[in-house]
Amino acid sequence: MDERTMQIQEISAHPGPVPGQGTQRAVEVCKYIDVTTCIGCKACEVACVEWNDHPFRETTFDDTYQTMPSTEWNYWNLIKFVEHERDGNLMWLMRKDQCMHCEDPGCLRACPADGAIIKYQNGIVDFQQDNCIGCGYCISGCPFDIPKFNPKTKKVFKCTLCSDRVGQGLEPACIKACPTGCLHFGTKSDMVQIARTRATQLQKESGFANAGVYDPQSIGGTHVIYVLHDITNPELYSGLPPNPTIPPAYTVWKWLAKPTGLLMAGLGLFAVFFHRLTVGPKMPQPEPEPVLTHQPDEVAAGRKEKP
Amino acid sequence: MSTSVERFDEKARRKFSRHGQTVVHRGELLRHPVYTRVLHWVVALSFILSLLSGFAIYSPWLFRWLTPLFGGGPMTRFLHPWFGVAFDIAFFFQFLNWFAPMHWTRADRKWIREVKGYVTNKEALAPEDTGFFNGGQKLYFWTIVISAVLFLITGLLLWFDDVVARWLVAVSYVLHDIAALAMLAGFIIHIYEGTAAQPGTFQSMTDGTVTKEWAWTHHPAWYAEVTGRDPREDYERERRRLTEQQQAADDRERTDRN
Repeated sequence: MDERTMQIQEISAHPGPVPGQGTQRAVEVCKYIDVTTCIGCKACEVACVEWNDHPFRETTFDDTYQTMPSTEWNYWNLIKFVEHERDGNLMWLMRKDQCMHCEDPGCLRACPADGAIIKYQNGIVDFQQDNCIGCGYCISGCPFDIPKFNPKTKKVFKCTLCSDRVGQGLEPACIKACPTGCLHFGTKSDMVQIARTRATQLQKESGFANAGVYDPQSIGGTHVIYVLHDITNPELYSGLPPNPTIPPAYTVWKWLAKPTGLLMAGLGLFAVFFHRLTVGPKMPQPEPEPVLTHQPDEVAAGRKEKP
Repeated sequence: MSTSVERFDEKARRKFSRHGQTVVHRGELLRHPVYTRVLHWVVALSFILSLLSGFAIYSPWLFRWLTPLFGGGPMTRFLHPWFGVAFDIAFFFQFLNWFAPMHWTRADRKWIREVKGYVTNKEALAPEDTGFFNGGQKLYFWTIVISAVLFLITGLLLWFDDVVARWLVAVSYVLHDIAALAMLAGFIIHIYEGTAAQPGTFQSMTDGTVTKEWAWTHHPAWYAEVTGRDPREDYERERRRLTEQQQAADDRERTDRN
């Protein structure tokens, strides 16, 4: 059991506040990525593959140092390499791409399967493949294009922020492997603090006036934050969205219109039932005796067969 | 519609009628031949399976209730698109089969305008010009046609979402739901009208026949077409006669009292 659950909340006949209250640090975790000090060594990629026991999968060579074009269902951590020209000089932008562990996760919003995606109190968003039905809605709900489908098992996978390690008080594997210290792991407030300090340092001492922290508030912030040279143009870093959003289909439609639709269906059944009770059925009326000279059956003999 | 489609339907109807048969008893009329009935129930079965498996994925409140019917969440997800494909194929043939009688006419516009009388049972008889299908049935048919097309397009986009843009999948998600809700609304009414609301209707889709009373009550123009007689006039005359009789009786009573 978590130690926090055993913290004293109230004390009988005790004057003043409960001792130690409010001293507990925020439980939300966060991964800090300083893009400006990443050297693209890919130690984090290897650590991720090793810890999660993934096979080394085949890659595509497309004239870049990037291991493969995008993250895969069994390759959750990928350094994206971008060659960028700044003031006539070449800049090599290296961004560690993985799940951002959004505060408001689009994958979780889109998922129709009970218990397939969970978010821990510490902010980690985790897929539970046992409950995954493989519909792929999470893929279209994610603003960062992170969840990946395994066609063989028909399940979706992504970075877990090493929830299994974090649960045991360890840092994620990628953090442990990083040789430059561009990766850190800790509480959200601590990481934001470090990131802000670093951004200020970049602005004042390294000539990156636009340096800043990427922690998009359009999805309530993320539990993976970046320090970027240029916060005004995150797209530069291999398409990091400036204002990531969840499609309204999974927010407005799903949580408002879906219950409304069900309610309407229920009311429809209700209405039909009470129509029968009050208005009643429409009975076939007895045919009046024909005044005509010929019998209808004689004419009926010539009838056509129609659908 | 081209005559080749009509020829195909004629052939299909003939072929099916050779294997299954429809017994028309005295006082009954043939309403739906075997081919139409088989199509109807294939469409119905595939739709109900699609509806239940789809509703499981549609709503978190129904997920735990409905997925066990199909062998769990992943199996429900796997089967749903195939149920949908079966529905679309079966309904395509029903579309060809019913395209002609479902043609929208002035009588249907009138029927829709006077739908209130139909719902409240004010009128014991359907409007005189109600043919093989009434306006409501045609409206349901064309709702299904539009929904089936929507289901197919958005369903394929959702099915093969790995090759489709993210926003397109999200839009398909909404349209697929709307098509399903529109069809569900019609479906509830359809089942009600076909069973409890109009006794005698259900046998038209099981035995293929209806009683003459049923036919002239609910589809007078069709009745007139196949029997060659319009009992409406007789009915009105009879009703007038009864009313006059009643009137006369009332008058007599009043004079007697005076």
